[in-house]
Amino acid sequence: MSHLVIAPILLPLLAGIALLLLRPFAIEMRRLLGLFAVAGQVALAIALLNRVRTGDILTYALGGWAPPFGIVLVADRLAAWMLLITTLLALFALLHAARGSDVRGRHFHVLFQLQLFGLNGAFLTGDLFNLFVFFEILLLASYGLLLHGGGRQRTRAGLHFVVINLAGSTLFLFAIGTLYGVLGTLNLADLSRQASTLPARDLGPVQSAGLLLFAVFALKSALLPMHLWLPAAYASASASVAALFAIMTKVGAYGILRLETLVFGDNTGPLSGLIQTWMLPLALLTMVIGMLGVLAADTLRRQVAYLVVVSVGMLLTAFGLGSAAGIAAGLYYLPHTTFAAGAFFLLADAIARRRGEFGDRLEAEIALSDRHLLGALYFLVALLIAGLPPLSGFLGKWLTLQAALLHPWREWVIAAILVTGLFGIIALARSGSLLFYRSVAIEPGLDDVPTTVPVRELLPATALILLCGALVIWAGAADDFTRATAEQLLQPDDYLRAVLELTRGFAS
Amino acid sequence: MEALLSLVIGILTACGVYLILRTRTFPVVLGLTLLSYSVNLFLFSMGRLTIGHPPIISPSAPGYADPLPQALVLTAIVISFAMTAFVIMLALKARAELGNDHVDGGRRK
Repeated sequence: MSHLVIAPILLPLLAGIALLLLRPFAIEMRRLLGLFAVAGQVALAIALLNRVRTGDILTYALGGWAPPFGIVLVADRLAAWMLLITTLLALFALLHAARGSDVRGRHFHVLFQLQLFGLNGAFLTGDLFNLFVFFEILLLASYGLLLHGGGRQRTRAGLHFVVINLAGSTLFLFAIGTLYGVLGTLNLADLSRQASTLPARDLGPVQSAGLLLFAVFALKSALLPMHLWLPAAYASASASVAALFAIMTKVGAYGILRLETLVFGDNTGPLSGLIQTWMLPLALLTMVIGMLGVLAADTLRRQVAYLVVVSVGMLLTAFGLGSAAGIAAGLYYLPHTTFAAGAFFLLADAIARRRGEFGDRLEAEIALSDRHLLGALYFLVALLIAGLPPLSGFLGKWLTLQAALLHPWREWVIAAILVTGLFGIIALARSGSLLFYRSVAIEPGLDDVPTTVPVRELLPATALILLCGALVIWAGAADDFTRATAEQLLQPDDYLRAVLELTRGFAS
Repeated sequence: MEALLSLVIGILTACGVYLILRTRTFPVVLGLTLLSYSVNLFLFSMGRLTIGHPPIISPSAPGYADPLPQALVLTAIVISFAMTAFVIMLALKARAELGNDHVDGGRRK
């Protein structure tokens, strides 16, 4: 039993508590502590990834209670991969916030760490109820972060976000209760084992519980028809919070993937494919409807928020193919879309702040400083998001299309991906030309436009773009890893053995 | 007793769903509260309805009550309590900042 597994959960929790106690101290010190804690989490994620890279599955029984009675943490390839993506994104989001936007609310750094506490815990836990608790932790922190900075727009979007997520939590509890009532366990590995030997008369309740869980995760990941909360919430959050939220929809996608492969996988007889039949059509529709939102958006941030919806559709399409190649393509696409969306939110904020009162509205003939630098960054991010070669978006799309060729629905999948890709290019090109080609240079006499926003604040966004570049340069290694991850997910026996071995270890 | 309990859970859930769909924030908060009550009762009943049985091992016990749903309900109550407090504060803040208690912040758009 390695204590490394629980370290990524404990570090942000302790850092969050320390930051709460250190509130009287100077902001520089708290920033430094927060940054060190996140950097430590990146290091822990890398260490964990290194340990599970070869296919080992690390387990940790909390409090020494043997599973399935106690809560167990499980670190496999997927969990470590998600942790690394989350912590890297958080590092750059926090670096952006540390340039000054963190002083607009009192508890920004505390909430930021607690958000990571919830995220890391959700990825590592191997217990369904514990997953619910970590979901609530990350949601409660995200409510605070969404409202960070205040303002009418945020309050209104925040109210919708909170109410819909509370309704989602209730559904989550109903699903958990049903599963426990029928199967008598909440441990994911044990659920998988019980589901494979399910008597026919219990099939109905378990199926409805499974679909309820799917609905909950679909709500968190903004899958159609439950995507409407996302654009308003993301477009009105402050830049570094919106960048961090780029991972939030992926938590829902992670939940769907875990559930689909572990509890409703191929080995579970009549339950297998329960989620998949719903997932692929909904994901394709999400892509199309999201792209309509992208085309219709009147502000840049709203456009990026709809692009997040489209990327969720793309991601779940890849997962919904169900094959190892499809899941691997999705897992390659996941870090790309997270980093690219994060960078885009940071960049949109930088652009909005240089346009004075016009903000990020998509209108022409507005003065803009640093046009060439911002334009170049915008061009790179647009290439990434639209999925054009030679960047990582193209590779992710290519892998997905390749996996789709073997699926019976290949015409629909390929058509949806290519057509939405084309519309994405059109929408991004139109916004780019409105913002940059048709902007006007700053006149020296004009003083209502801020010209002195330091260029240094663009560094976190640039770093996120570079991470996407790294995904291209080391695409071979990343692809090998995601393929191995997909293989591991589709063979849940290893996962079951790792958890149940722990049980046997306690018994002897 | 099963029929009565399921009826109670069903009515609570139906009222909760109805209230969540209202246009003012106060009924919405009440609806969320009712929903959390109904889900707590539901979780309780998932350990099967037993009367007068101990939840811990004892040599003289004729049967046992499942202790796990009780622990789950306790956690769920604490979480929903915190969430309700938060959503009430948020609703008050929205009332103060937006000038009315409509969930969309009023007709002025």
